[in-house]
Amino acid sequence: MELSNISVTGLIVLIVACLLVIALMVVNAIVMVYAERKGAGFIQRRPGPYEVGPWGILQPVVDSMKLLGKQIFVPSNVDFFLFFAAPVLAFFPVLILFLPIPFGPVLTALKVPDGIVLILAFAGFGLLANLLAGYASNNKYGILGAGRAVSQGVAYEIPMILALLAVVFQTGSMNLSEIAEAQGRWPWSWNIACQPLAFFIYLVTLVAETNRAPFDLPEGESELTAGFHTEYSGMGFALFFLAEYANMLLVSFVCATFFLGGYKGPFLDGFWWTFIKAYAVMCFIVWIRWTFPRVRFDQLLNINWKWLLPLSILNLWVTAVVLKIVGP
Amino acid sequence: MAEKNLALTPPKLPEPARTTGWLKPPLINLRPVNFFFDVNRAMSLWPVTFGLACCAIEMMAMSMARWDISRFGAEVFRPSVRQSDVMLVTGTVTKKMAPTVVRLYEQMPAPKWVVAVGNCAVSGGPFNFAEQYGVVMGVDKLIPVDVYVPGCPPRPEAYQEGIFKVQELILGSRWWPKAEEIVS
Repeated sequence: MELSNISVTGLIVLIVACLLVIALMVVNAIVMVYAERKGAGFIQRRPGPYEVGPWGILQPVVDSMKLLGKQIFVPSNVDFFLFFAAPVLAFFPVLILFLPIPFGPVLTALKVPDGIVLILAFAGFGLLANLLAGYASNNKYGILGAGRAVSQGVAYEIPMILALLAVVFQTGSMNLSEIAEAQGRWPWSWNIACQPLAFFIYLVTLVAETNRAPFDLPEGESELTAGFHTEYSGMGFALFFLAEYANMLLVSFVCATFFLGGYKGPFLDGFWWTFIKAYAVMCFIVWIRWTFPRVRFDQLLNINWKWLLPLSILNLWVTAVVLKIVGP
Repeated sequence: MAEKNLALTPPKLPEPARTTGWLKPPLINLRPVNFFFDVNRAMSLWPVTFGLACCAIEMMAMSMARWDISRFGAEVFRPSVRQSDVMLVTGTVTKKMAPTVVRLYEQMPAPKWVVAVGNCAVSGGPFNFAEQYGVVMGVDKLIPVDVYVPGCPPRPEAYQEGIFKVQELILGSRWWPKAEEIVS
């Protein structure tokens, strides 16, 4: 898609899509903060947020308004530009990543032939933001957290790409709309049925890529006070949180599109199926966060290099051989 | 004789300003705006993950299933003081720990409150006797304290009452009904 090909209507569609995606990200962060704290409460046999608003539903709004009113603190000897660029850089590239996602048969903002390449290429910006935040804040915990974020993110990107590549082999297309279209309406005709191993590998790597527990080593509270966002107060911290939930939503949408049939579902296709599947994956992420303890860092890398990477290569190889014999 | 054996003299601080949380008035000083933000601050008081002695065990009990503080939006224990609003000084402040307590207080961003929990943090408690050499007699010798919660250690309900008192300080009046009012 070259720049000269963009028409006026296409530009308007892109701008409207960007605004809608920003609204989706903010609403998603508010809903997920509530769901996460309430889910934590239920898993630990306590009510969770209960008194602020009916059943505590105003809790995330109140928290965000409080962070807005908090003093913005700049420690001495920080890299001033990078210190403020990092939260913005964590938040805004996620915007682009939502554009090629097919929410519905026509509800796709940017129909590019290589949608998954766009997503995987821009997903690295979140990692860069974490690195810059840790580097710029002139804090030893920040530096350690940034180093961990980079080594974890780079390591887990490889099995993630290989797992997605198996599905791309099978479909013969990198266009997310075509991948969703190639799957059937019922669960046994989704990609999860013929690529269970790829689905499992992707499920593990998406938790690690979004820095969520049990793989939240970059912000491990017990050893690095808060990791790369140790020095951020108020809105800087809130932007990192927003970006984390937006990243979770993005990987959930990719998971729904690649493995769970996208907008196709029993009885009636439509965007509601994409959202139901994506939020089911989100609930899974929240569930395992409050169930499993955090892994050690050597365990984290061992899981990746000794298990996930060989398994994903094996999965890719088997897929290629079967496709060669049977035909696509 | 005991005066000469001090391992560490407590840091000398200027007389602290006795305001609740604020160091200077907000930029936009309008009553409705202040009230709106004050309600939001009172409803999400994030404590520091910071415990000094046995009172910290009761603080953990306060945040767990039975006396769940997350009902009132205060369960997010932030490990980094930059993101937290209220410091619960739970337990004995020794002279060796005193500089760290002061530094943690100074690192918190501006709307901040301190609750001294337990007799040791309030006044030295059982350590308050002649020839005591190692314990600071009350954390208010070091940093401005907004709410005192006595007890050795206090019950988790008393901790929650301390949080409510901080909310009362922010808002000017009590937000939640008292326990006796609910019963009667």
